Amino acid sequence: MGGGGMGAGAQEGMGAGAGAGGFGMNPLRDPSNILSRRSVYFDFDSYTIKNEYRDLVLAHARYLRDNSNARVLLQGNTDERGSREYNLALGQRRADSVKNAMLLSGARDHQIEAVSLGEEKPRAAGRDESSWIENRRADILYQGE
Amino acid sequence: MQNYLHRAPFYALILLLSIMHAPLNAALNIEIFGGGATRIPITIVPFSAESRLPQSITTVVAADLERTGLFRLVDSLGHTPHEPEEIAYADWQSRGASALVIGNTTILPDGRIEVRFRLMDVAKQAQLTGFASTVSADQLRAVAHRIADIVYEALTGDIGVFSTRIAYVLKQGNKYALQVADSDGHNAQSVIEYTEPIISPAWSPDGSKLAYVSFENKKPVVYVQTLSTRERKAVANFKGSNSAPAWSPDGSKLAVVLTMHGGSQIFLINADGSGLQRLSQSSGIDTEPSFSPDGRSIIFTSDRGGSPQIYRMAITGNQAGTAERLTFEGSYNVSPRYSPDGKSFAYIHRHGGRFNVVVQDFARRQVQILTDSKFDESPSFAPNGKMILYATEIGERGILSAVSSDGQTKQRLTSQTGDIREPVWGPLLKSQRTGNFIN
Repeated sequence: MGGGGMGAGAQEGMGAGAGAGGFGMNPLRDPSNILSRRSVYFDFDSYTIKNEYRDLVLAHARYLRDNSNARVLLQGNTDERGSREYNLALGQRRADSVKNAMLLSGARDHQIEAVSLGEEKPRAAGRDESSWIENRRADILYQGE
Repeated sequence: MQNYLHRAPFYALILLLSIMHAPLNAALNIEIFGGGATRIPITIVPFSAESRLPQSITTVVAADLERTGLFRLVDSLGHTPHEPEEIAYADWQSRGASALVIGNTTILPDGRIEVRFRLMDVAKQAQLTGFASTVSADQLRAVAHRIADIVYEALTGDIGVFSTRIAYVLKQGNKYALQVADSDGHNAQSVIEYTEPIISPAWSPDGSKLAYVSFENKKPVVYVQTLSTRERKAVANFKGSNSAPAWSPDGSKLAVVLTMHGGSQIFLINADGSGLQRLSQSSGIDTEPSFSPDGRSIIFTSDRGGSPQIYRMAITGNQAGTAERLTFEGSYNVSPRYSPDGKSFAYIHRHGGRFNVVVQDFARRQVQILTDSKFDESPSFAPNGKMILYATEIGERGILSAVSSDGQTKQRLTSQTGDIREPVWGPLLKSQRTGNFIN
């Protein structure tokens, strides 16, 4: 799941942000850093961010606040049931929920683009509740990744 | 035309039709089941010299008529009149045929084919209509569909839609193809193919273009593509998501759903992408617009009341912008489509864990559930309003199905090698209505 559409010129942005997590190690890539976690999960037909994902969203918001060149693409997803267009809109609300939470924590509007993939790009291909849980999700992609 | 309506027993028929030259090598099958209680018994007599043609005409006519569930094919038992004076009417009456289709084909020196056909009323022993056309070999299927349209119109009083086309998305592995096919599934051609999803195709009212949503740039963008030239343009590529294109009846504008101002809201743009204008104003989801045939209002899906329901909103006049809720049964009603006459609308209704196609009458608010499958999506009316095409699934595979708007007859269009989804029935085209009537 690449963010290739975000375009080139990202290396400078990443470089500027790399210092935030210590010498040499990109905090976005460091498995021990919460910033390496990029998925927020939702309940059925819901776009409310659950408490267990508050810290994750807050960490990314602070990173954006402290790295003004950093840009993120938020992709909202849904499970496969129901209308594709309605699911596209529901995925958008999930991405928007994450965006709004980030804006409240210091990220700036022009740093974030929130889009939806609806039910079109399921990470789990199964047709059962465990797959549907995995697919009710918003992903955080940094520019250049 | 009451004299053509006879009681006939329920029966099922399977027709296997294969597609030639489909770029993704998709073989589509059509399967018909159910059927109205009354069927018109008709014999389609093979036309003279038809066996010399590269494509049979009468088998296509017969398949078209049979697919509607309104006709019962009566075997000609080897009798092959081609001219009115060759018809022994008493024999046809005893065989139970109420109508006869007869005709001739002649291969001209330049290779074109002259096709002449007549529809005969067996009881009145008179011609009901007739038609002649000279075509190239690759137009023989089109002529057959035209003949089926004329027969259908003469015997049912409704407009025939056999000459129309459908569009749908075929997914095979990681490949998505937006395809256009004849109404019987033949002549499928890919309009575009991508490794990213394509959804929500919509025909321009003149049938020359398709609007659709492609994810090729990592987010949904609305494109309009001209079928003849394959030229395409991103008409809605704003910040955020761009989706759910619907053409205004005059083809000059598109309703689209944008998230540029936060939330999914319905906007109007000109067909070239200019002239952005906001239509809906809510804090929730507004999506899936469908224009009324007069272009004065749209119906759409909104969750403004707490669950997705169908609303109607005028877009011109004093009441413009005021939305009225239309659906009240259940907590999930989505994907509304106006019927061609504007008197009813089709949508997807969830009940008991199932998602089914329903039609609802505007005047009486009467709701009729037309299907009994599990996961139906994307209903789309035939241009005569008699059938509704929709996506469903069998054995976890996406297929197309069509149900008559009275729920009596269903047909299935399946691909052997992939998922078919997002069907939309194309418009009636005047250019398809050529040829000379003969007496």
